[in-house]
Amino acid sequence: MSGTVKLRDMSRNDREPLIHLENEDLMPLPAPLDVAEKDRAWAVLSEQSKHRYECRLDDTCAVNLPQPKSAQDEKKLVAKFLSGLDKLFEKENNWTFLQPLLLTMEHCTGCQTCAESCHIFEASGRNELYRPTFRSEILRRLYFKHVKRGGLLSAWQHGGTELNWPMVARLIELAYRCNLCRRCAQACPIGCDNGLVAHELRKLFSQEMGIAPKEIHENGAMLQLKAGSSTGMTAEIVKDNVAFVDEDISERTGIEVHTPWDVKGADVMLIHNAGEIMAWPENPGAFGLILTLAGVSWTMSSELAAYDAINYGLWYDDAQFARVALKHVEAAKKLGVKRIVVGECGHASKALCVIADRLLAGDLNIPRESYLPLLRDIVLNGKIKFDPERNDFPVTLHDPCNMVRLMGIVEPQREIVRALCPQFREMEPHGVKNYCCGGGSGFAIMSGNNFPDWRFHVSGRRKLEQVLNAFGDCLGPETPKYLCAPCSNCKGQFRDMISYYNLWEKNRLLYGGLVELVVNAMADVKRGFIEWEWR
Amino acid sequence: MTTVAYIAIYAGLIIFCAGCLWRIRQYARTPQHLRWELYPVPHEGPYRAAYGGSYFEAQEWWRGPQIANRRHEWRVMAEEILLLKSLREFNRRLWLPSFFFHFGLYLAIAAAALATLAGVTAGMVVGKANAGIAGLMGALIAVVGLAAAVLVISGACWLMVRRIADPAVRNSTRPADLFNLMLFTATCSLLAGGSLIRGPGSASLVDFVRGAFHFDRGVRIGAVFGAGVILASALAAYIPFTHMAHFIAKYFAWHSVRWDDRRNERGSRIEAKIAANLGFKPTWSAEHVGADGKRTWAEVASTNPAQETRK
Repeated sequence: MSGTVKLRDMSRNDREPLIHLENEDLMPLPAPLDVAEKDRAWAVLSEQSKHRYECRLDDTCAVNLPQPKSAQDEKKLVAKFLSGLDKLFEKENNWTFLQPLLLTMEHCTGCQTCAESCHIFEASGRNELYRPTFRSEILRRLYFKHVKRGGLLSAWQHGGTELNWPMVARLIELAYRCNLCRRCAQACPIGCDNGLVAHELRKLFSQEMGIAPKEIHENGAMLQLKAGSSTGMTAEIVKDNVAFVDEDISERTGIEVHTPWDVKGADVMLIHNAGEIMAWPENPGAFGLILTLAGVSWTMSSELAAYDAINYGLWYDDAQFARVALKHVEAAKKLGVKRIVVGECGHASKALCVIADRLLAGDLNIPRESYLPLLRDIVLNGKIKFDPERNDFPVTLHDPCNMVRLMGIVEPQREIVRALCPQFREMEPHGVKNYCCGGGSGFAIMSGNNFPDWRFHVSGRRKLEQVLNAFGDCLGPETPKYLCAPCSNCKGQFRDMISYYNLWEKNRLLYGGLVELVVNAMADVKRGFIEWEWR
Repeated sequence: MTTVAYIAIYAGLIIFCAGCLWRIRQYARTPQHLRWELYPVPHEGPYRAAYGGSYFEAQEWWRGPQIANRRHEWRVMAEEILLLKSLREFNRRLWLPSFFFHFGLYLAIAAAALATLAGVTAGMVVGKANAGIAGLMGALIAVVGLAAAVLVISGACWLMVRRIADPAVRNSTRPADLFNLMLFTATCSLLAGGSLIRGPGSASLVDFVRGAFHFDRGVRIGAVFGAGVILASALAAYIPFTHMAHFIAKYFAWHSVRWDDRRNERGSRIEAKIAANLGFKPTWSAEHVGADGKRTWAEVASTNPAQETRK
């Protein structure tokens, strides 16, 4: 590991990264990954990336921001950063988060309680750069100096800092080294929120400077608003794909499933993360089967953006967030449904059910909920017969931060797995004190450069440790194991991380959603809904 | 010295109150922000509050009444304020020095309140009873005050050591942080020392408080105690303008952010505030936002930059 990084290093003019991590520096993992030398080597950033993009923070590069061509360009970008900084603290521009941001800026005591809770800081071997207060302290100093126009006394009181282009460039990258899981905020004795700081920095860069990772903005939120889904599926294509899913699921289970589209006056409008339809079609298929058997009056909508629950704006841009939330409720209003139910997607549930609650008014405030209580009631009401013996393999449950710590949905999923999975075991800690999968806030879909190496070695490391510990008594390949992750982004992270460490091949560790476990345990469907094959 | 101390006390208290009001006003006047709660939320029902559950665990949650389990909320608040529960749970190494320091401050406030009470009520009871009550109050104030000074001084010194010696905390320590702790140490040392070495003819704390109420310049105080009073007044005036006003921030951060799970119901005040917020005219300059300072937030949210670009 390079020497301890200081706040002032952020302004360093050279192009060298501030830190470099080796596997030996990282938090140790349990068996079978307990020897650092056997851990995978990191891919090195290409020379081309280093020369073309601003990659001077650490070993990776998430945003792929082209280097400014001249000192003049750098000056303009710094000026734009400053104008954005002012706007973050104006009610006209940032009424959405002004109060929590001010509280966080003005009252951190620097006690570092947050650091003890941060999975990224811990997994990195407690590297200062990833300390939750590191980026917050920089923003705080900039706030007092440039927004509050503090002088020498303010610098003495709050600390000084030098603002230049290298600092802004590094701050852009640093805003994408936090999963926004807010575990740090949960621990803060004052109530300061370092996750919010990363969120607000991302907003500044996006809303003022037009800078955001391509996967989240251009190929994410913008594509959703253009084609209807971040997968690129138009309404016609999604209907075709779902029809294929219905056909497949009917064949596999022996029960006819037909997904209803655009049914006016239905009780439930179901919205999936459309990525499920492409990557894990058994998930929307299982949903269709369960709702059909339970006799729920339901529909999906083919309106623009309404067949894809994702709302990436939650991670980086309030305007994009509001637009997508509005599209979702407008579709529900058009159909006249009684409620919107969000499928297995954590950030989408949080975005639409909770955060949008302070955005929607009047007849647009259509009732919205997560699928988990509905599924729990279906499983436990006795209408469908289950045979838990069909799920007699080790199962552990991942708590998606957005559903659990940030929505308080803790027990419904547990009631289901306790009822249907005889070998269920908890990770430690779990529930509202869970750890992020490491793919939160967009990381699971960010694969540029060697960023996946960072998210598996650093942001996902604590979760990987938890998973391996949960299956510590049955790690051998003779026992197939199921990691239940009821969230599309978490599933994406697990898929990539398990594959990266070859844990399916060596240890028969499979991941999947919750509805798949439910269908697998149904007494009246053909056996073997969960296929023990890598996907 | 006495007159200067009186003026310092009044000025310190006035600035402290005005500063606190300014802080409260600053946060209370910010617009209704988006929901950003964190679980556990203690005013959930007892069953759910125990594991951090919410009303979102029920199907069609909007049909049921919203529970306000204030008893549990008060309990959590009491544990947090008096015992610094978060720190004890998540940062054990810092808990004890911080607990000493904060509990010492609570005792100092209690001692000041008792002295005020004794000063105000002195003379209301006559005869032997008066002497007895005054003696008891004096002893109580002395014990509480001394305990406060010991706890604040030891806590502040311990925290200073941690800030200097612990690399984790040192990196985010600003000069003012050390100055603040030194200021507390000096203030408590002078007040406690001044009280202990009080010479014959010097007023007790109760007499001084009574004198301050009547601006009685005949009351004599020692130089050390007087310096302590002036420093304490300066400290009180200084606190609202620093991050030490976190006793105010904490109220907003916990009640208006972390625990704010109020539903936005039709015709509610929240809905009215949302409508007002949507009327703000943003000026963010990235092209995709489409904010020109004329469009409202509602109008910005209703546009589709992806389709506008396509056109």
